[in-house]
Amino acid sequence: MSLNTLWFIFIAVLYIGFFVLEGFDFGVGILLPFLGRDNDPQKMDAKRRLMLNTIGPHWDGNEVWLLTAGGATFAAFPHWYATFFSGFYLALFLLLLALIARGVAIEFRSKDEAPRWRSFWDGSIFLGSLVSALLLGVAFGNLVRGVPIDAKMQYVGGFFNLLNPYALLAGVATVVVFTLYGAVFISLKTDGEMREKTHALKGKLWIASVLVLAALLVFTYNQTDILARLGADPGVIPIAGMAAMLAAGYFIRKRMEGWSFAMVAIGIAFALVTMFMILYPRVMISSLDPSYSLTITNASSSPYTLRVMTIVTLIFLPLVLVYQAWSYWVFRKRLTTESRMVY
Amino acid sequence: MDVVTLGRLQFGITTVYHFFFVPLTIGLSFLVALMETLYVRSGKEVYLRMTKFWGKLFVINFAVGVVTGIVQEFQFGMNWSEYSRFVGDIFGAPLAIEALLAFFLESTFIGLWLFGWDKLSKGLHAAVMWVVAIGVNVSAFWILIANSFMQEPVGYLLRNGRAEMHDFWALLTNPNMWVMVPHTISAGFATASFFVMGISAYHLLRSQHVDLFKRSFQIAAIVGVSAAVLVALNGHSQAQHIVNSQPMKMAAAEALWQTEEPASFSLLTIGNLSQSGEIFSIRIPRMLCLIAFDQLDCQVLGIYDLQAQYVNEFGPGNYIPPVAVIYWTFRIMVGIGFLLIALALWGVFLVMGDMFETRRRGLRLFVWAIPLPYIANTCGWIMTEMGRFPWVVYGLMKIEDGVSLVVAGGSVLFSTLVYTLVYGLLMAAAIFLWIKFIKAGPEPAPKDQDAEMDMTPSLVGAQD
Repeated sequence: MSLNTLWFIFIAVLYIGFFVLEGFDFGVGILLPFLGRDNDPQKMDAKRRLMLNTIGPHWDGNEVWLLTAGGATFAAFPHWYATFFSGFYLALFLLLLALIARGVAIEFRSKDEAPRWRSFWDGSIFLGSLVSALLLGVAFGNLVRGVPIDAKMQYVGGFFNLLNPYALLAGVATVVVFTLYGAVFISLKTDGEMREKTHALKGKLWIASVLVLAALLVFTYNQTDILARLGADPGVIPIAGMAAMLAAGYFIRKRMEGWSFAMVAIGIAFALVTMFMILYPRVMISSLDPSYSLTITNASSSPYTLRVMTIVTLIFLPLVLVYQAWSYWVFRKRLTTESRMVY
Repeated sequence: MDVVTLGRLQFGITTVYHFFFVPLTIGLSFLVALMETLYVRSGKEVYLRMTKFWGKLFVINFAVGVVTGIVQEFQFGMNWSEYSRFVGDIFGAPLAIEALLAFFLESTFIGLWLFGWDKLSKGLHAAVMWVVAIGVNVSAFWILIANSFMQEPVGYLLRNGRAEMHDFWALLTNPNMWVMVPHTISAGFATASFFVMGISAYHLLRSQHVDLFKRSFQIAAIVGVSAAVLVALNGHSQAQHIVNSQPMKMAAAEALWQTEEPASFSLLTIGNLSQSGEIFSIRIPRMLCLIAFDQLDCQVLGIYDLQAQYVNEFGPGNYIPPVAVIYWTFRIMVGIGFLLIALALWGVFLVMGDMFETRRRGLRLFVWAIPLPYIANTCGWIMTEMGRFPWVVYGLMKIEDGVSLVVAGGSVLFSTLVYTLVYGLLMAAAIFLWIKFIKAGPEPAPKDQDAEMDMTPSLVGAQD
């Protein structure tokens, strides 16, 4: 396997890590106003704190997967980084704002008791999570669909070019699936009333997810070159991903929370693997002329840089996995509104 | 305004804002880890409350630093895509390594620290904070490797129309980086020390939580005096390096239009900084030679000669950075640097003599000194970055060649305005929270701890 292919895989792994880990963080944020609802303001606040405490120790570390993916793209495929980030300018700008709004809000909301302070930052968490999920979906939808890129590797479409129906559907799908994922995560991490409340919700969200994913799948055959890339039989991974999403419905009904979580996680991961399989060996598809596409060859760094980065990554990425896994282990216990909220 | 100006403005605003939070994170992570270690070692409850109090202020700071750091990572591609294409091969690597080695570490472990009070043993919990502190400092190290490449490109080959990495080791041994890292890190420690001393002084003046804040002040004074001295010493070696590596920056910092032999050092200028507009100036003869080369005789090239030399080397163009900006930011930074040394020594003096009650006016100085390191940090970066004009990568790529080709001025203007607005809002929220928590002070002692405080001042490490 060439280093260029290896780096394509590394970047795919980083994005997948981000979607699989931060996906439920966004989901919890989106669910905050819905599951964190109560007529009694004190109970409402306790519920919201409980929800935020499920992701509290983790969301920041999870977000770094995106930053590392960005940094790794810069290092390994500078043209990909340059074309992608300058081309999707306003979309990424809004994504950054959403990430800022959400991140600060999670840290700030509990630091003052005033109801207006809290509702402002709670709104910021909700909107930040929703917009982040939507825009990530839109961005990745456009990546597989292809965007107008000229012979000089420059994106020549505008902002509204990115808001095509396919990309928007991908955005909606991301929002819906992340919301389901968040609900599954909450039911896995809490106990008592909160855990009970997620059960009915998860069923509905699962149906919505399956429907929107089915629509996305059909649309993908229509809008991307998946047929040419993967064939009518897309292979084991896409099918396993779909099977996992279907199986999630069974486990949700059986209230097997660990399994539900694993199935949704696999569904998300395999959907992204499929996306990267459609993409490969291109990194950005030109809709103007296939020969204008950025590929793992023409967009990449020099072999020397890739070699250096490979060594660094092979040493440190496993280490990251170890300590992040340890942090999930430390906070494995379920929380209830009666738990001591130390933060 | 054109796209280049707007892009520079956006980079300036977002970077200065980001770096408003970074130095405190660098120093305070270490101080909090130290405090928690004192708690673990001594078992004294006061150190636990101390850790929690400063930890709370640290977290507010950290949160804003983290989210504004995301913008930094993406901004190169968004506004400076041609720069990114040109240097990605060598400049992207340190950024990616920073994320992998440091950003992951600090972000994961800060979560463990915040939520882990009941889950981890005392010792482990303190160790977690040390990991955060290490992560923060490793992060600074890699970012400065990247920045140093822009100041003094090394380890590259011009191939395929771009700067490709040729020698990773050269990046790690970039002489510019090795004068910049100690200066920046010690500036972070100084910032945090003055932050802690200032807030401690605020409470000591009101005779609140005396034991806790005396001890905080002691720790910060000792760290602060070392840091302030190191900042100056490292700054000195940095200046000596820049005279050779970026002579134009140094000439601009001195407003030295004509080559001088021996070169004098300008203390102060009133009037226009162009040579004819000078109304009054104080210059110390031979001083620049002493500063730059450790000797009394030297020749320092002036701006005009350097301009002619660059035109010769790189072709026609303006190679003169905004002299007034560089001149004054340099003076403000250095001036504050010396002031901080004096103040830190005064702080140690107060600690040694236990004169917090008697020298109240002297103590009040520390409250007012809190902003000083921030001003100096900002001036330092403005000088460093604007002094590189017209280069985005020194000697290799001019600023206007690095800008994105497909991004419209309107988009950059819009995003700049929104960033400014949002960042302003965040700053207001952070300052609101800081003031609130500072005024509220630490949790009250469980029993009458403040009453049983030691009558003799205990220095760090000397207790028990």
